Amino acid sequence: MSEFTVTVFRFAFFIILWLFVLGVAGVLRRDIFGARRGSRKSRRGRSKRSAAPVPSPAAAPRQSPPPPAAAPPGGGRSQAHPGAIRVIAGPLAGTSLMLSGAPVTFGRAPDNTIVISDDFASSHHARISAQNGAWVLEDLGSTNGTIVDGRRIDSPVRLRIGTEITIGHTTLETQS
Amino acid sequence: MSANVAEVVRPRPYRLAELGLLILAIAVATSAYALVGLGVEGTIPANVYQYGAWLAVLGLIIHVVVWWKAKYADPVLVPIAVLLNGLGLAMIYRVDLGRSEYLNSSLTQLIWMTLGVGLAIAVILVVRDHRWLRRYTFVSGFAALLFLLLPLIPGLGKTINGARIWIGVGSMSFQPGEIAKILLAIFFAGYLVSYRDQLVAAGPKILGIRFPRLRDFGPIIIAWVASVGILVFEKDLGTSLLFFGLFVAMLYVATSKVSWIILGLGFFSVGAVAATFLFSHVNQRVSGWLGALTAEEYNKTPGGSYQLVQGLFGMSNGGLIGTGFGEGRPNMVPYAESDFIYASFGEEIGMAGLFVILLCYLIIFQRGIRTAQQLRDGFGTLLATGLSFTIALQVFVVVGGVTRLIPLTGLTTPFLAQGGSSLVANWMIIGLLLRISDNARRPVEDFHTGVLRVTEDPEERTASARDSGDRNDTARIEDEDAPTTNFAATRNGAADSDETPTTNLGTTGGER
Repeated sequence: MSEFTVTVFRFAFFIILWLFVLGVAGVLRRDIFGARRGSRKSRRGRSKRSAAPVPSPAAAPRQSPPPPAAAPPGGGRSQAHPGAIRVIAGPLAGTSLMLSGAPVTFGRAPDNTIVISDDFASSHHARISAQNGAWVLEDLGSTNGTIVDGRRIDSPVRLRIGTEITIGHTTLETQS
Repeated sequence: MSANVAEVVRPRPYRLAELGLLILAIAVATSAYALVGLGVEGTIPANVYQYGAWLAVLGLIIHVVVWWKAKYADPVLVPIAVLLNGLGLAMIYRVDLGRSEYLNSSLTQLIWMTLGVGLAIAVILVVRDHRWLRRYTFVSGFAALLFLLLPLIPGLGKTINGARIWIGVGSMSFQPGEIAKILLAIFFAGYLVSYRDQLVAAGPKILGIRFPRLRDFGPIIIAWVASVGILVFEKDLGTSLLFFGLFVAMLYVATSKVSWIILGLGFFSVGAVAATFLFSHVNQRVSGWLGALTAEEYNKTPGGSYQLVQGLFGMSNGGLIGTGFGEGRPNMVPYAESDFIYASFGEEIGMAGLFVILLCYLIIFQRGIRTAQQLRDGFGTLLATGLSFTIALQVFVVVGGVTRLIPLTGLTTPFLAQGGSSLVANWMIIGLLLRISDNARRPVEDFHTGVLRVTEDPEERTASARDSGDRNDTARIEDEDAPTTNFAATRNGAADSDETPTTNLGTTGGER
């Protein structure tokens, strides 16, 4: 085989090699190239998908499939209802969770949505659920209490964006 | 964050993307193999179709198993592992062709790869929930020590190139240390998640740094001294470095205290300087690294810098796009197919190819850490971090050694280098990471694994419903996890593992 063909093959090899890398990057796009762009896209897609079959209470606090899609870029931020919670301090820092249909529970027991391995957390410590069109945090009779923005709560509180929730050594923040 | 968001709400399994990438990876591997034949002999190897088919069958089998048993597993891990493994096979074949005697070592490696893929599948099938591994925390710890001790047994252990890290059965040899690193990661994850609070909060404070109490820290010290001590006796520097880095990384992740890293680096520098003066083989490596380009080091016959410098020459010969498969002379470097396979790649596919290889490792690491972040339990977080760190550190130690960033130590490049034990162990790590990432990305309502179950219906998840509805599950958790809990309790009096509350839940039925 001529030298020229071999050279062509060599470059073809490089092309598919880098195609592979680009393919991987494409699959991981949202992870690698920042989340914001992907999130708007996925949120739009999701609202379409979830609009039809959601009789769950989630639809209420999610408040409107249309606004995120129709709103100008960044408009989602002004929503008063949080769309996600993120662990900002504690052993699980960095974990985040979308608030969707099911209630989110916190505590030491492994059946919680977020398992907090902490001596200061009770086995089922607190819960966030949808009530009357808002996300409501309630303490489930924990020993050491749930602290919201520096105050220990004794009755369920409605969550807004930017609320800080402290359970044991773990601090969570609600986000849009 | 929002990637996370999207995955938690309506996670996409991305299985078709995995299939596409897998096909691309197999195409790359097969064309690399064909190019080797073209470059060395001028013809495409006759068995290229069998070779491609074998790879494709392996890849498809693990793809189907993942689709079937771990639907939400990370989609890029399998294609990357197949790609790296395939490139390694091609390079082993190339080095084999360049030798005077043909050893057919790429076939041997392909058989090891088959075994490794089989074990990864076994891991996915057997370990249905990574939390299950936590029950074997101490078993893994002891098993790891046992594995590390095996090569020291007379008659079973084999000394190859001055390092006694092999066991030989018949003509086969195996490095038990490779399996030990997985077991140690499991042990450390299980131990640290239980004793993390004691390690951080209790103990004397010296110079502003809180040191843990000896009884909390004891098992870690024992495991560390034993593994590193054994490795000193077995003269295996690379693996000691790997274990040490693994311990420091996991301690840091468990306690999030920077002081561990400072302490770890401090201990390491003291140890490294001491080892340089105490052990001649360490001293040889360090002087070969510092004075690599001097004539006396280059010409020193046992333990000079000949190999290192030849590797550097090879890589510089490769340049930006390499000489092309089969066009360079990687055989100039001793062990071009195992320890120095990175230099061989540098020569034949150049920097453009090396960057792909490094990116692949980076992505494996990123996926592992990402998985650790998404996980909702501490044990899984630590295990995923530990496993990704073993791969990352191994790459750093090898590539750093070959490129003369750090002294050369003998470790295998994951997936690329010739050597069955390392390949098998790395495939098992991929299996574990697939399983863990499946659990991390699986939507809450699908979370039916053997260990615990989360009900999805919001109305039923109220306090009263939990009493009746979940009783069976919680009772089962109690049964399964009781041994761990009791073990922790008897060891320290204060059982504070994750499972403890579950046990209470099981006996009382409800938490309130």
